[in-house]
Amino acid sequence: MSAERRSADVIVIGGGIHGCSTAMHCAMRGLSVILIEKDHAGRHASGVNAGGVRQLARHVAEIPLSNTSMAIWHNIAELVDDDCGFTSDGQVLVAEDEADLEGCRARVADLTLRGFHHEEMIDAKELREIVPAVSESCPGGVISRRDGAAIPLRATQAFKRKAESLGATIREGVRVTRVEQDGPNWRVVTDAGDFLAPRIVNAAGAWADRIAADLGEPVPLEVIAPMLMITAPLPAFIKPVVILRGRKLSFKQFGNGTVLIGGGHLGTPLRDQNVTLLDWRKLAISAGTVWDLFPIMRGAPIVRAWAGIEARMPDDLPVFGRSAKHDSVYHQFGFSAHGFQLGPGAGAVMAEIIATGRSNVPIDGLDIARFTTTH
Amino acid sequence: MTPIASIEQLAESYDLVVVGAGPAGLSAAARAAELGLSVLLADENPAPGGQIYRAVTTTPVRNRAILGEDYWRGADIVARFERSQAAYAPRCTVWSIGPDEAAPGSFELGLSLDGKARIIGARQVILATGAQERPFPIPGWTLPGVMTAGAAQIALKSAGAIPSGRTVIAGCGPLLYLLASQLAAAGCQIAAVLDTTPSGNWSKALGAIPDFLRSPYLAKGLKLMLTARRKLRFVSGVTSLTATGSGKLATVQFEQGGRTGTIACDTLLLHQGVIPSVNFSNAAGCAHDFDVEQHAWVPRVDAWFASTVPGIAIAGDGAGIGGAESAALRGEIAAFGAASRLGKLSEAERDRQAAPIRTELDKKLRGRRFLDLLYKPAPQFLAPPRDETIICRCEEVTAGQVRDAARRLGVTGPNQMKAFLRCGMGPCQGRLCGPTVVELIAETRGSTPAETGYYRLRPPIKPVTLAELAALPQTEASVKAVVR
Ligand SMILES: Cc1cc2nc3c(=O)[nH]c(=O)nc-3n(C[C@H](O)[C@H](O)[C@H](O)COP(=O)(O)OP(=O)(O)OC[C@H]3O[C@@H](n4cnc5c(N)ncnc54)[C@H](O)[C@@H]3O)c2cc1C
Ligand SMILES: Cc1cc2nc3c(=O)[nH]c(=O)nc-3n(C[C@H](O)[C@H](O)[C@H](O)COP(=O)(O)OP(=O)(O)OC[C@H]3O[C@@H](n4cnc5c(N)ncnc54)[C@H](O)[C@@H]3O)c2cc1C
Repeated sequence: MSAERRSADVIVIGGGIHGCSTAMHCAMRGLSVILIEKDHAGRHASGVNAGGVRQLARHVAEIPLSNTSMAIWHNIAELVDDDCGFTSDGQVLVAEDEADLEGCRARVADLTLRGFHHEEMIDAKELREIVPAVSESCPGGVISRRDGAAIPLRATQAFKRKAESLGATIREGVRVTRVEQDGPNWRVVTDAGDFLAPRIVNAAGAWADRIAADLGEPVPLEVIAPMLMITAPLPAFIKPVVILRGRKLSFKQFGNGTVLIGGGHLGTPLRDQNVTLLDWRKLAISAGTVWDLFPIMRGAPIVRAWAGIEARMPDDLPVFGRSAKHDSVYHQFGFSAHGFQLGPGAGAVMAEIIATGRSNVPIDGLDIARFTTTH
Repeated sequence: MTPIASIEQLAESYDLVVVGAGPAGLSAAARAAELGLSVLLADENPAPGGQIYRAVTTTPVRNRAILGEDYWRGADIVARFERSQAAYAPRCTVWSIGPDEAAPGSFELGLSLDGKARIIGARQVILATGAQERPFPIPGWTLPGVMTAGAAQIALKSAGAIPSGRTVIAGCGPLLYLLASQLAAAGCQIAAVLDTTPSGNWSKALGAIPDFLRSPYLAKGLKLMLTARRKLRFVSGVTSLTATGSGKLATVQFEQGGRTGTIACDTLLLHQGVIPSVNFSNAAGCAHDFDVEQHAWVPRVDAWFASTVPGIAIAGDGAGIGGAESAALRGEIAAFGAASRLGKLSEAERDRQAAPIRTELDKKLRGRRFLDLLYKPAPQFLAPPRDETIICRCEEVTAGQVRDAARRLGVTGPNQMKAFLRCGMGPCQGRLCGPTVVELIAETRGSTPAETGYYRLRPPIKPVTLAELAALPQTEASVKAVVR
């Protein structure tokens, strides 16, 4: 566990929830691991996201990974010795009109056919029971009852600490500048010297395209800056996390009364400076949506707004699995603003693939080859 | 001066927006307008003056002796500003600042006035947002009846109100004596002044005495201190303070040279000096350094008070504590800098006109170091030793919780601490707990405040309501930009 360790079975690049989870699961499997992070663990998307732990409304290609993750979330304290602030009050997708509701029905029917049962239709009456404050006109929606929320930075650091306690070497404040082949090893060149390992995991988030390019696998990664804002405490009025089908909105009241408002409006990322710029006119649109839907919120003071730097792929799905060019390289990035929930499970699956060559959890459709072979 | 009464009256953009109408902001705005810039001065208070000259044009306090001659000097600064061409928006809170992506080099500012918000443009910005009192957490400081000395001064200046009943003033710093004299003169019943200035500071400050002897503070300060000591019950060398009471303040207990004392009182006023209020400059992305002598985070500025973000300057106490007179001079110099960056003034002309002001400023700042060294708070008031002391009032986080997280969970900095304890996440955005959290982490980890770092703050710099935001006028272009 020496801090001066320069080689290991696996080097993980990036200390977000994905890198930390993979490092921890690798260490649990007895592999020696070095994780290299340019800032500190959870400094970026993994530490500043909305903390939504959601199976609801996921793309079918992600569902197996998401289900694996959900099982872990419900026992998270046993795994990482910290409850990560995880609470499970469900997530509800609200249909604003009949057309929305019809879309919901079709979706749930399709999932049932595929053997997934975590999403259930609810009618107007049940919606009103679960979300009393929602506007009268909403005809119903979909609920995923085991969903919830956690505290992002705390969760990410819990994985980091557990990995460390299992023997992984965590190097924070060290930047990877290049990766290159060196005989049977990968040489990971950093501003604190070189590191060597036969296997590497690219979990560099919004910077992962640079590592991929070094490996000869350029990807069309877009750097985005999803924005969030939070209010001062309000009287408790809603338990589950609420998302909308039509308009961009996600909405969550914490135990202390503060309300987190998100929903995918984007600011401007400046990734080389670790900085994001907020776009208040777009935040104003979120505020307008909340004004329409939750009259109770109109006087609430917004006390903070921020954005995180995240990687988005053109199809809004992650790049996950073995490299298309090198057997000993693994990619785990591009979570397109919904990768926090996936972290605990994705790390377990990745470690299994690294250690055993395969996993029973299907990850079809997430392969990097979808970007490299079609054109 | 053109008063702005409603948000619609604001122009789309200005050459210069000055935030804060204390001596620094008033002087900066007046000078810039005199130099031909289009200027907006925005301030959240209903009248100009800032902290020191708060309500100087409207105060109900008529007896000039109560607030002292220094206070009334503010009337001249306000009068000069009123003669200028600058626009003035009182009751106007500036809650965000960011680069204008459509006009590189310029800024977009979010402002609220009268329940309505707007975004306007500025080519240059001067932050003159002043100072705040250093947080001073002691056991019981959240009891009703305990407040900061500055809060009492605000009530006195703006409403002529004084605390009722027996009042104790505790802490350290030059303002402590001023506040005690002002309140006493206004008829407040002061039971005692508990001075926490560490006696060891005198030897550290000795080297700075020659400058102090030539400084304008000397006569003023001595007079204040002597009057306070002569007229009031004065206890120096206080090393520990606790406020007690059930549901309301009843007594203050203190230690002095190994003995303990208890004073029954209705009001306790706490004050541990002032520090630059860095929330705005921090959220704007300006670099800050930890100033060891002022023992506070201070934005990094150049000779024209320009910050590390091109186009943003910081004048007055917000750029390092220098006092009211130096604040006004620094405002002028910042205005010369902004005017020259906008091409309204050649560099040579800028230098020439600013030279006498600089000389004056040097004179005013002479002696500051002595005050900084002498009134550096004792370690036990910076990092409260008792675990149960609340240090973040918004989220009710205690000193013990911060120490525990730093020790057991290995939390190395204030930003990580937020995730574990929520300190700094309340409406004050760390204004009240930030310095203490840094101090506690540094102490526990055996590092310095400079190594520990400070909160990374996020806009809105001041809360804005959902309603204000929802009603923000949308241009067609920005609506289109969202539908992607
Ligand atoms: C505002 C916001 C809200 C969100 N809300 C949710 C939500 O509610 N639910 C949900 O499931 N997901 C959410 N997400 C998405 C989620 O946060 C991300 O998908 C997830 O955190 C990605 O994790 P990561 O480990 O891939 O990336 P990151 O957390 O960004 O980690 C990558 C790390 O790699 C490091 N790195 C990069 N390059 C190098 C290098 N060269 N050398 C060393 N280190 C390097 C970076 O410093 C970074 O720390 C949200 C995202 C944002 C921004
Ligand atoms: C509580 C307190 C009391 C003090 N009393 C005295 C005293 O009696 N005598 C003395 O010599 N010194 C006093 N000082 C020190 C004093 O503040 C200064 O030396 C002097 O006022 C500094 O002037 P300034 O122009 O830099 O800032 P200030 O005078 O503090 O002016 C800053 C102004 O900016 C406004 N502002 C801040 N943020 C925003 C925003 N986001 N939007 C809009 N407006 C904003 C504030 O409300 C304020 O009006 C006091 C300091 C404090 C904190």
